[in-house]
Amino acid sequence: MFDAKKIRGDFPILKRHVNGKLLAYLDNAATSQKPRQVIESVSDYYSNHNANVHRGIHKLGDEATSLYGEAREVVAEFIGANDSTELVFVRNTTEGINLVAYAWGNENVGEGDVIVLSEMEHHSNIVPWQELAKRVGARLEYVRVERETGELDWVDLKRKLQLKPKLLAVVQVSNFLGTINDVANIVRLATRHAPRAKILIDGAQAVPHMPVNVSLLGVDFYAFSGHKMLGPMGIGGLWVKRKILTAMQPFLTGGGMISEVHKKKTVFADLPDRFDAGTPNVAGARGLRAAVKYLQQMGMKNIFEHEQKLSQLAITRLSNLGFVKIYGPKDSNRRGGLVAFEVKGVHAHDVAQVLDSEGIAVRSGHHCTMPMHTKLNLAATVRASFALYNTEEEVARLVQGLKKVKKVFRI
Amino acid sequence: MDDIYREQIIDHYKNPRNFGSFDGGSDKDLVIVKEANASCGDLFELGVRFKNNKEKAGIEEVRFSGVGCAIATAAMSMVTEKIRKEKLKVRNIEKLRERDMVEMLGIEVSPTRMKCATLPLRALRNVLRKGIAGRQAVGDKL
Repeated sequence: MFDAKKIRGDFPILKRHVNGKLLAYLDNAATSQKPRQVIESVSDYYSNHNANVHRGIHKLGDEATSLYGEAREVVAEFIGANDSTELVFVRNTTEGINLVAYAWGNENVGEGDVIVLSEMEHHSNIVPWQELAKRVGARLEYVRVERETGELDWVDLKRKLQLKPKLLAVVQVSNFLGTINDVANIVRLATRHAPRAKILIDGAQAVPHMPVNVSLLGVDFYAFSGHKMLGPMGIGGLWVKRKILTAMQPFLTGGGMISEVHKKKTVFADLPDRFDAGTPNVAGARGLRAAVKYLQQMGMKNIFEHEQKLSQLAITRLSNLGFVKIYGPKDSNRRGGLVAFEVKGVHAHDVAQVLDSEGIAVRSGHHCTMPMHTKLNLAATVRASFALYNTEEEVARLVQGLKKVKKVFRI
Repeated sequence: MDDIYREQIIDHYKNPRNFGSFDGGSDKDLVIVKEANASCGDLFELGVRFKNNKEKAGIEEVRFSGVGCAIATAAMSMVTEKIRKEKLKVRNIEKLRERDMVEMLGIEVSPTRMKCATLPLRALRNVLRKGIAGRQAVGDKL
């Protein structure tokens, strides 16, 4: 039985008090908190097994190497990879996307080529493509997002696909609007209108909150961050379809990613080591493995349903306040567990500051989605984002906090 | 927190003084700059009309417009009010520092909100730099 209150017991930080009030952590889209199991796994690695991987022939070196490899297998299986060598460990989603932009993009995107993004992308799925476009002389096109519903304009997507892009890069769940993009439909349209286009999915807000199977999705690249899914900071994953990954040049070069080095040439190692230059984040990988095990134990479907219930409750209660405007899809089936909103007449930072005084942590600003904010004529919004350990009581506290905002600012 | 949204801050936020943009049309004494805390969503325009007198150091009029949080808006409102009421000259404005802004606001400013409190200072520095550069260029021609 899924029980958020019981789950809370595993997260030491949720016992903290902020400004004299019990912490209500509603900033999970920025980063999630970590359960004891994850913290202990990192500590266990450094306390009992730490050594460099693939190097020394000694007991600890062997242990570290096999622990690292096993972590890759667990994480790869969790996201539905056919083979763990398709999973490259990176620091975060941003690094994963940059890896694709350099290692694949430099070789495969050229002058005059088109890269298609959407208007709701996070900066991490915009800036690396702008930079690639500058390097090779390619052009960016953005699929329109509907102002009112926060949904992709599917007709415009079709139009953009008819430009025969080399790459289509889209977020699976928007970190601002909460929109869940139907990746299956994106793939279906791309297969029909631009069969040669590669598809990259930014899964930073999807993998932590819903069942994801990258092989079934039929995409080519899939990037995600560990720290948003209960794992440590500094570890994440990039999944690449095997056929593409084997043909890709390395991103970073140096130690660990070679099989032979001569004065004038180098033979690179096989997958996955070819994309693992330098000493990897083994402790991070162990922590991510523990996070995956934890999520699996709770069940991704349960987590998804729980968070959707919270966001639906938040939408209803916030709308009833009368002075809050909510952005993104109103239909809870079309959105993940987050709600971005504006309090009329009060800047997002001031809303966040008043909520903080009540121990409630939310995000304020443009959430790294400046183009979408600009399109909606917004300077900044407030965002409450949920995780498996949040409760209906915390939604009620958010509502109370917003009533205090109203009082302080006399709106 | 309960201290930072004091009566005076809310008053300046809701009824900012010297608020509004200068009407179109350029003149050599008018300098307008934009200043933002982009990641916060603060974007202001600050306009200063310099006095074209011999000292070349006075301020004829100062106005601002735009959107920002309560702290940034109140800081803009208060500093422009101070310039107007105390008839501050360029050399007085140049001397304004972070601690003057904090004192003016009359609240404790946390490290994360310091960039809100000091946004007007950055805008004023730009306006003075541009104003002085522009006036020197004009002066050179004369």
